[in-house]
Amino acid sequence: MLDWLRHPWPWYVSGPLIGLMVPMLLLLGNKSFGVSSSLRHICAICFPSKIPFFQYQWKKEAWNLFFVAGITGGAFLAAHFLPDPGPVHVNPKLVHELSQFGVINFNNLMPADLFNWNSLLTVRGIIMIVVGGFLVGFGTRYAGGCTSGHSIMGISNLQMSSVIATICFMIGGLIMTNFILPYILQL
Amino acid sequence: MANTARIKSSLKETNTDFEVRSLDTICLNESELYHPAWYNLKYFAVGIVFGIFLVKSEVISWFRIQEMFRFQSFYMYGVIGSAIVTGIISIQLIKKFKVKSIHGEAIDLHPKPFTKGQIFGGLIFGFGWALTGACPGPLFALVGSGALVIVVALSSAVAGTWVYGLLRDRLPH
Repeated sequence: MLDWLRHPWPWYVSGPLIGLMVPMLLLLGNKSFGVSSSLRHICAICFPSKIPFFQYQWKKEAWNLFFVAGITGGAFLAAHFLPDPGPVHVNPKLVHELSQFGVINFNNLMPADLFNWNSLLTVRGIIMIVVGGFLVGFGTRYAGGCTSGHSIMGISNLQMSSVIATICFMIGGLIMTNFILPYILQL
Repeated sequence: MANTARIKSSLKETNTDFEVRSLDTICLNESELYHPAWYNLKYFAVGIVFGIFLVKSEVISWFRIQEMFRFQSFYMYGVIGSAIVTGIISIQLIKKFKVKSIHGEAIDLHPKPFTKGQIFGGLIFGFGWALTGACPGPLFALVGSGALVIVVALSSAVAGTWVYGLLRDRLPH
């Protein structure tokens, strides 16, 4: 059993389990599943700077911060007590494509060759970590939600706007991955 | 009861611009009930479970996101698709049987009105998702799993949200 838990879970196990977050939060406290709002609450708490968008009673939304603190803690537990015994299984085509850019370490979920402290001193690293993170924060708030809030919660609630948002997430990701990222990886 | 009334009045909304607020689901989802602060620990517990799922499903992996956007693996489509199906069934059941929360409250489900932000913001987020290989949930999970450099990406995401707040009035919605 424990051995089975250690291996990466198949999609038909992990997908439904992730989907169950939706009813779980609704039943436990009438909360809509979503993560990106936590970034807004952090802004409202730490740097409100008289910006109207950050003037609200964030204490009422504190549950979301407890939720993301839990995500961080849960990930720590999974990584330390249920570590995957082997390297990440990646499509051989991707292994080949990435090897051309010097990405050869497949031992961690994040490619250690791209995401490490030293990479922050390189243009490639700054674009992928700093600029990438910025676009995630800016884009999710502009769109009014992320993969959790729109793609899972929103579509589960049959919201057309969430379907549109999800399609745009995918289009943005496809453009970046296939047309822009190859140039960034060369840097 | 007097206590509840006092708390409610002290939480009087400062931002009454409903149009602005309606763009953000979370701020609409107000429980009418007052709970002590430690009740929030249940969300911490749900977060722990979600964090474990995120790591063990490997959806926090940059490699999985790359495979998805290169159409090299069905895995991510399977995860997101089956999560959505589970969510749809759950919400339909909740609506059909008028299920209440454990505190006896009727469950509120708010519509998400369409804005152009879903298109522009969606594309921008897509770019960032492909670069970092992470959406907001996985950013927190990656930090927890020990990829500490992702703290930088997470801080940058907070900065991105802040800049959006600053520029909001000047952006098309």
